[in-house]
Amino acid sequence: MTAIRVENVYKVFGRRPQEAVRKLRAGATRDEVKSLGTAAVIDTSFEVADGEIFVVMGLSGSGKSTLIRMLNGLWRPTSGRVLLGDDDLATVSASRLRALRRTTVSMVFQHFALLPHRTVLDNAAYPLEIQGVGKEERRERARAALELTGLGGWEDSLPGQLSGGMRQRVGLARALTADTDILLMDEAFSALDPLIRREMQEQLVEIQQKLGKTIVFITHDLNEAMYLGDRIAVMRSGRIVQIGTAEEILTAPADDYVAQFVADVDRTRVLTASSVMLRPGVVLPAAAGPRRAARAMREAQAAAAFVVDRDRVLLGFVRDSDVVDAARAGIPRLDGLVQTDVATVDEDTPLSEIFAPSAESLVPVAVTDDHGRLLGVVPRVTLLEAMVPPEIDLPDDTPADGPVETVVGAGATTVNGNGVPDGYEPLPPDDGVPGLAPDELPAARTAASAAEVAAAAEFDATTEGGTR
Amino acid sequence: MNDTLVPRLPLGDVVADIVDVVTKSGKDVFAAVKTGFLAAYEPLEILFTTPPAWTIILVIAALAWWVKGWRLGVGSAAGLVLVAAVDQWDNAMATLALVVLASVVAIILAVPLGIWAARSDRVSAVVRPVLDLMQTMPAFVYLIPTVVVFLTGVVPGLVATIIFALAPGVRFTELGIRQVDPEVVEAGHAFGATEGRILRQIQLPLALPTIMAGVNQVIMLSLSMVVIAGLTGAPGLGRDVVAALTRVNVSLGVEAGLSVVILAMILDRVTAALADRAPVARALARS
Ligand SMILES: Nc1ncnc2c1ncn2[C@@H]1O[C@H](COP(=O)(O)OP(=O)(O)O)[C@@H](O)[C@H]1O
Ligand SMILES: [Mg+2]
Repeated sequence: MTAIRVENVYKVFGRRPQEAVRKLRAGATRDEVKSLGTAAVIDTSFEVADGEIFVVMGLSGSGKSTLIRMLNGLWRPTSGRVLLGDDDLATVSASRLRALRRTTVSMVFQHFALLPHRTVLDNAAYPLEIQGVGKEERRERARAALELTGLGGWEDSLPGQLSGGMRQRVGLARALTADTDILLMDEAFSALDPLIRREMQEQLVEIQQKLGKTIVFITHDLNEAMYLGDRIAVMRSGRIVQIGTAEEILTAPADDYVAQFVADVDRTRVLTASSVMLRPGVVLPAAAGPRRAARAMREAQAAAAFVVDRDRVLLGFVRDSDVVDAARAGIPRLDGLVQTDVATVDEDTPLSEIFAPSAESLVPVAVTDDHGRLLGVVPRVTLLEAMVPPEIDLPDDTPADGPVETVVGAGATTVNGNGVPDGYEPLPPDDGVPGLAPDELPAARTAASAAEVAAAAEFDATTEGGTR
Repeated sequence: MNDTLVPRLPLGDVVADIVDVVTKSGKDVFAAVKTGFLAAYEPLEILFTTPPAWTIILVIAALAWWVKGWRLGVGSAAGLVLVAAVDQWDNAMATLALVVLASVVAIILAVPLGIWAARSDRVSAVVRPVLDLMQTMPAFVYLIPTVVVFLTGVVPGLVATIIFALAPGVRFTELGIRQVDPEVVEAGHAFGATEGRILRQIQLPLALPTIMAGVNQVIMLSLSMVVIAGLTGAPGLGRDVVAALTRVNVSLGVEAGLSVVILAMILDRVTAALADRAPVARALARS
């Protein structure tokens, strides 16, 4: 079910909005119609599914607030349709619109929009007052919402006595008291300090999971967008330039604008193990003999190998030296050699939580599923590389991802992806030189720390490209 | 000025003719209005003039104390005692009755008109120039048609006062409502409030400090006009001011004039303090 459907919506403020829309449809830019009005939202279409957190992200002035105000009919589109469930907001009666706003869609305002002459409690209870809920009940429910947003004990204060962050939480509590299926949140956490902000983000996700709310969340904070959004729409100058999951936007930005926008995101919070993991270099069945293991590791030029059982459940790893010794001693099976102190994470672990185990582990961090089966590995190199955004304007002759791993494994490979002979160490790029292939940036960084990660790097020297 | 470039436009005559026609055709209506105003004014005057002066002084002083503080209470009492001491008490009370009645009627007309103007740009566009005209027209001019219509006595003065004092009431109400944070009004809409509820619970309370400033202006303008209305035989301090003027009686002029000033100060301070007691004003003051 779609909760909200937006079809080719335009909103132009100004004297001749219809004319501006006609020009925009014919391909005019926002600046070209400036004389006719401000085109705040241009040809926007999307759907929000039931129970989804849909984030709209964009710089200030890109039309986010205008867009969200059309989702509950506060503003009418100049052209196009907005549907809430089956109700077309352009054609519903005034009383039906009021009913929708009472039962279906509520809103948290960017600048809080509290009633300054009412206490925090009465502000939070206001939606219920409008719905005609009795005084005792509405105060009780408002109190619960205030408790949830961490404002217990402030019920009798006036908004003017609270800090900006607290006022914002009153606005949030008010929307929660309304208990509608859809929550529209316009930069709802922008006034909070970082710790509380993080807490509220987590709480929102929790509320959403518990109550199955549909949330349209507006933000100009990319990290927030990435953390909250099931899907993210990136807005620029009134248009949506890309809609996708956080990972899609991070790894495949639709254009330079999006790429620049995501360049400074804390990628480690967004990307998960599954999005960066590589195929493990050598995986040995527990039943294999040391001789076979030694051969496989020599061929792969790996210093260690993971060992799995018949169902591919990870048992641990073996070192090349142990294997060679065992082969010499004629030991028939690997079992006794397996070291079990492997750091494992699951697919959805954010990269930020992989750093610590990775630092302590001799071998790459293993990614396993719920049954303990080995899915892939995250070498330290990959972690470091993932922190650097994909560069814009790749020169044609630079292969995409391949050479990074190859260069890292330079000690083992004869020729890297660029055809550079063995032993060549790329110079650290000078940021100011435009001619330098940007793709070498991660390579150079990892090369600098090559000694530190050598063991891990060798391990997957043959896994060019991995599973990315 | 006999050989002017443009021919003489008989604007005044035209308006006079209109007033004439209106007077004749609306005879019954005006008679009813006159009776209505008299019926409202007379009991009010009796209410203010019959009790002994000290009871009125105490009531006003107590009111001033309550809305503002003991200083205003004591100051008001002292001022009123002075009015009584220069033998202007009855005049002052008649003037007060006129001011109260004119202000109440003006506010009853002005506030809804201001609300309407705030909600409709078209109404605002019509009302605004009319208000400009009403405020800039010399006060005396209002007296002429009202005298034509209502002859002499209390009523022409009252009607002229109401028209004269209406403008700031409308203006401040419109301004107050228009300057309410639009996002707060949107919040009302966003949670499904009706227009009426938004007006009652959001716009009017938030506009109240501004509306009260308008009320204050209405009262002050009423007082100034009520004194001028002494020219047409309206009772009160105005009649003594006019008498002092025509007879060049300095002592009477000073005593009546001083009483007007005292009344004005008390009315001004009390209504201003009342504005500060509006819930919003108090809420904002506490933060
Ligand atoms: N009521 C309005 N009248 C005229 N222009 C407006 C109005 N509201 C917003 N705009 C303009 O529309 C554009 C988008 O504004 P807004 O939706 O508030 O952006 P955002 O929320 O992304 O910062 C801006 O250029 C802004 O000036
Ligand atoms: Mg905004």
